[in-house]
Amino acid sequence: MKHALVELRNIGKAFRGNDVLVGVDLTILPSQIITLIGPNGAGKTTLVKIVLGLLKPDCGQLQVDSQLRIGYMPQKLQLDATLPITLKRFLALAEPNHALCLSALREVGIERLINQPLQSLSGGELQRALLARSILRKPNLLVLDEPVQGVDVAGQESLYRLIGQLRDRLNCAVLMVSHDLHLVMSATDEVICLNQHICCHGHPDQVSTNPAFIELFGTKTAPYTHHHNHRHNLHGDVIDTNKLPHQHSSDCQHD
Amino acid sequence: MIEVLLYALLAGLGVAIVTGPLGAFIVWRRMAYFGDTLAHSSLLGVALALLFSINPTIAVVLICLVLALILVALQQQQTLASDTLLGILSHTSLAIGLVAMALMPSVRVDLLSLLFGDLLTVTIRDVVTIYIVGAIAVALMILLWKPLLAITIHEELARVEGVPVTAVRTALMLIIALEIAIAMKVVGVLLITALLVIPAATARRFSQTPEQMAIFASVAGCLAVLMGLSASWFIDTPAGPSIVLSAGILFVLALLKRE
Repeated sequence: MKHALVELRNIGKAFRGNDVLVGVDLTILPSQIITLIGPNGAGKTTLVKIVLGLLKPDCGQLQVDSQLRIGYMPQKLQLDATLPITLKRFLALAEPNHALCLSALREVGIERLINQPLQSLSGGELQRALLARSILRKPNLLVLDEPVQGVDVAGQESLYRLIGQLRDRLNCAVLMVSHDLHLVMSATDEVICLNQHICCHGHPDQVSTNPAFIELFGTKTAPYTHHHNHRHNLHGDVIDTNKLPHQHSSDCQHD
Repeated sequence: MIEVLLYALLAGLGVAIVTGPLGAFIVWRRMAYFGDTLAHSSLLGVALALLFSINPTIAVVLICLVLALILVALQQQQTLASDTLLGILSHTSLAIGLVAMALMPSVRVDLLSLLFGDLLTVTIRDVVTIYIVGAIAVALMILLWKPLLAITIHEELARVEGVPVTAVRTALMLIIALEIAIAMKVVGVLLITALLVIPAATARRFSQTPEQMAIFASVAGCLAVLMGLSASWFIDTPAGPSIVLSAGILFVLALLKRE
C-alpha cells in the first residue's frame, strides 16, 4: 500500500452548534482521483477546507505527508472590476518564471489569452486560468472545489477530461467537489458520498447502486435534484450568498 | 507668508503620494466604508491625545489600529452584516470623539479643522511628521506589494500558496491607520476616504496594471492637491474640501476619456 498524502480520521466540525461534519475518515493516496458529492450543506466545502488547512477541525486527527504540495482551485474568483490585471500577471503572482506560466497555460489550452485582462475571460476560460494557477506549483495533490462552475455542458465534459489528463501528466492526486454525477463517474477512481457523515464510498459503479446513495440522490437515471447554496445572477454566474438581496429559487418568476 | 503655502503644498503632496497606492487597495478590496469608520474613530484618538497630553499622531494610529482589529474580529462573528457593523462603529466612534472633546473644558479644540482639515496652519513639524510616517507607509506597501495583491485577488488561494494572510491583512490595517493619522491635517477626518477613493477611481481608466493604477492615483491625488490649494490661496475657499472637490472634478474629466 502506498503512503497516503493526506489522512483524516474521525473528523468533526460544527458551526455555531450545528454539526457540519461528523466522524469523517478520508485517505488520499498518490495519483488517486477522489470526488466528493453530496447535497448542499453536506459539508463538502468544509471538508475540502480542512484538507487545505484553511479550517481547523473541532475533533479528529489530520495527518499530511511531509512532501505534500497542494495546488488549489477555488470555487470561483470574484474579482473587483477596478483591479487591472492580466492573465499573465495573475499567474506571475504564484510563479514569477514566465516560461513556466506559459507552459501551464498551454496545458489548459488558453495560452492565447495570456495578455487579456482577467475580467474579460469567459466562465470556462476563467476556470482554466484557475486550473493553470493551481498546477503551477507542481502539486502532488490538486484540490478542486466545483471546478466546472459557470461552464456550459460541453465545456464541463472537456474540463473533466482535462483534469483526468493533468492527473496522468503531473502524476498528482486529485480531490474534487462536484455536483454532477454522470460526468464525474467516468473520470474518478473513488466517489465519496457525503452528507455530514460519509454515506458511502467506493468505485463509481458500486456507489451508484448503493442504497444510501440512491436514498440521497435517487437512482442514477432519475433527474438529479438539489438545492442551491448559492445564487445566480441573470447571466447564470454564481454570486456570493451573503451579498445579494435576491434569493434565486425554483419559484422565481424571472428567467 | 510664502512658507505657509510651501508647507501646505509639501504636506498635501506627501499625503497624496501615500493615498495613491493605498487608495487603490481600498477600491480593489471594497474597503471604502471600512476606511471611513477608521477615519471617524481618529477623532477619539485626538481627544485621548489631548486628555493625556501624548503625541496626537501616535494616539490616532493606535486608536485606528485597535478599532481595525476589533472590526476584523467582529466581522468574523457574522451575526450582523458587515455594513451594518461598520455603520454602528463608524458613527459611534465619531460621536464618542465629539462628546469627549466637549467634556474637556480645559482644552479648546478647533473642531472644524479636525473634521475638514486645516492645511494652511501646517507647521514644519507637521511636514516632517507627514514625510516620516508616509515613508513608513509607502515602504510597507512596496515590501508587501505582492502578498497584498495576492490576498486581494483571492484570500484562501493566497493562504494555500503560503502567504501569511493574517499578518499581511494586519499590516494593511496599520498602513491605513498611518495614512489616516497624516491625512487628518490635510483634509480632516470626514474627507479622508474621498482622498483615498476618488484618485484611485480616476486612475483606473488609464491603467493596465495594478502598479500603474497605484502610481496614477498618486499623480491624480497630487494634481488635486495643487488645484485645491490654488483655489484656497487665490479665492479663499477651505483647503480640504477644495482638494476633494478638485479630485472629484478630475474624476469627472477622466470619465470623458474613451475606453
